[in-house]
Amino acid sequence: MVDFSLWDIFRNLLLALRWTVALSLIAFVGGGLVGLLLLITRLSQSKEAQVAVKAYVQVFQGTPLLMQLFLAYFGMALLGIETSPWLAAGIALTLYSSAFLAEIWRGCVEAIPKGQWEASQSLALSFFEQLRYVILPQAFKIAIPPTVGFLVQVIKGTALASVIGFVELTKAGTMITNATFKPFLVYSCVALLYFSLCFPVSYFAKQLERKVQSGYA
Amino acid sequence: MHEPLLAIQGLRKSFGDNEVLKGIDLTVQAGEVIAIIGKSGSGKSTLLRCINGLETFQSGSLSVDHQTLLHHDANAMRALRQKVGMIFQSFNLFPHLKVGENIMLAPGLVKQKDKAATEIQARKLLDRVGLAEKFDAWPDQLSGGQQQRVAIARALAMEPQILLCDEITSALDPELVGEVLRVVESLAEEGMTLLMVTHEMNFARKVADRVIFMHQGRVHESGTPADLFGNPQTPELVQFLSALG
Amino acid sequence: MRIELDFISVLTEWPLLVKGVAWTLGLTSVSTVLGLLLGVALAWSRVHGNFFLRALAGSYVESIRNTPFIVQLFFIYFGLPALGVRLSPEVASIIAMVVNLSAYATEIIRAGIEATPKGQIEAGMSLALKPGQIFLHVVLPPALRKVWPALVSQIIIVMLGSAVCGQISTEELSHAANLIQSRNFRAFEAFIIATLTYLSLAIALRRLLNWVGPRFLFGR
Repeated sequence: MVDFSLWDIFRNLLLALRWTVALSLIAFVGGGLVGLLLLITRLSQSKEAQVAVKAYVQVFQGTPLLMQLFLAYFGMALLGIETSPWLAAGIALTLYSSAFLAEIWRGCVEAIPKGQWEASQSLALSFFEQLRYVILPQAFKIAIPPTVGFLVQVIKGTALASVIGFVELTKAGTMITNATFKPFLVYSCVALLYFSLCFPVSYFAKQLERKVQSGYA
Repeated sequence: MHEPLLAIQGLRKSFGDNEVLKGIDLTVQAGEVIAIIGKSGSGKSTLLRCINGLETFQSGSLSVDHQTLLHHDANAMRALRQKVGMIFQSFNLFPHLKVGENIMLAPGLVKQKDKAATEIQARKLLDRVGLAEKFDAWPDQLSGGQQQRVAIARALAMEPQILLCDEITSALDPELVGEVLRVVESLAEEGMTLLMVTHEMNFARKVADRVIFMHQGRVHESGTPADLFGNPQTPELVQFLSALG
Repeated sequence: MRIELDFISVLTEWPLLVKGVAWTLGLTSVSTVLGLLLGVALAWSRVHGNFFLRALAGSYVESIRNTPFIVQLFFIYFGLPALGVRLSPEVASIIAMVVNLSAYATEIIRAGIEATPKGQIEAGMSLALKPGQIFLHVVLPPALRKVWPALVSQIIIVMLGSAVCGQISTEELSHAANLIQSRNFRAFEAFIIATLTYLSLAIALRRLLNWVGPRFLFGR
């Protein structure tokens, strides 16, 4: 049996960490774009559109991310698309993020006083102009802290992609454990690496929240 | 002459650099009703809050029923608070408990009375303040005056020797003040020792045995209502009374 | 291209699914009770404890909140045996869920406690209540009522997260679905049914908890 040093273990985990970061960013940015579309749809006057988005969010928030990943993976197989962990994980995490971000941002928009809508409406701005020039810029500021905070959830979510074969940090940890028979050490390192990614982001989000609060004091 | 129920000597209290009480001397006999008046910032509420230990003081002494107040002794403080009850300006009823439960909570936990006994007592006290039918109501279903009367019943449930009333009608709509003051007056008639920080001068005139006028952290004038209201000695008291109209 | 979906061969395996749901609900209820108890204790420590206690509780909370649940689960189930602590999948799952819920519950409950109006505590003190009595009878119930929606959401998140426990062979719902699809190769259908079941559980659990809270914990 080959003996693995701590550095061997850590090095391999660090290499896998790249894919965690990559998948997180893809899901976060992709989810943000889809989420924005959902938000605008939700804000429109159409009752059907509002119900549709509400249902979409309820489904993604009311079901396990693990199931969403499995469905993406096996769903793709059904459609005849070559099953790739990257594609499945990417799609599932993007849609997952889009639901949560749309909901977070909706909350921020609803926090804008109704008077802002009324004022801009009275100035004859169209719905999209009201959004673009009056509402969204204000909502954007209060949206930053919880959005940054959600990034932490996405990073943690990528760990589940390991279950459908995506080789990121957690999967690497499992593989290295199987090779080294040192689960305590390996999973401690895995946890430490996730912590080193997530904690700064959490902290940053908290700082941003404090700044936004003091701005309104 | 009896030993005073409450004896305060040379009490000084500062908030940081700001000295709010500059040496208070006060004795109160059992059964006395003391009204404390003065401008805001004169230290009236702070004095009251020192008596039941909600505020600590830096120097001087304070004793209730021969027991000196010891801030650092939690048991002694709890024993003190069983003798000295407080009614607050903002009532501070417990919102998650019904009216009856509000009154029954402390006797059950502190005096460890059983539930039946505390319920009987609570109903009796509620009847006494004129709210017998509200036993199962929630605090937020009551008017301000009713809530304050429940607060009085709650404090009385602990069978205190002294009741501290910290501007208990200041947060009430004018038409609700009377019902609360009537309850307090009946307590006074029954011989309860009362210290009341109040702006209700007519009430003080009618019910108080002694009125104390505080100014800038000191007892500026003290005497019977007739003396203080009818014959104010100091310009500050004159000014205070005239500003009240 | 024709997609043939066959839900029947999944639904005929309903005993497995029912067993899975039972396990999911069992894991969730035990973890919820223990997790909330621990959360209250830790929230109290963060507000009233001495520096050492506060630091300890704070580190615990931050470590759990900044690492994925699956890693926590693997650490407990695969990592602890190296220290001589061998756990069954079910016990490991419960410990992981309790630890996870308690870390989030602590922060939620702490916010509720810190929002207590000062006058409430003063009223409790004037009635000669002990600090412990004030915490349990005056501070905690209104605090729980205030933060109940956030706590309920967190409990549901933990319930949905329990799906991961199937990875260490705990026989909960996702494990049942996996078992079914390994037998009849109807993976998509099996997971659709499992997902819909989870959704129903989430909706039902929310209703249940919104009834339990006022009824048993904080009145109103």
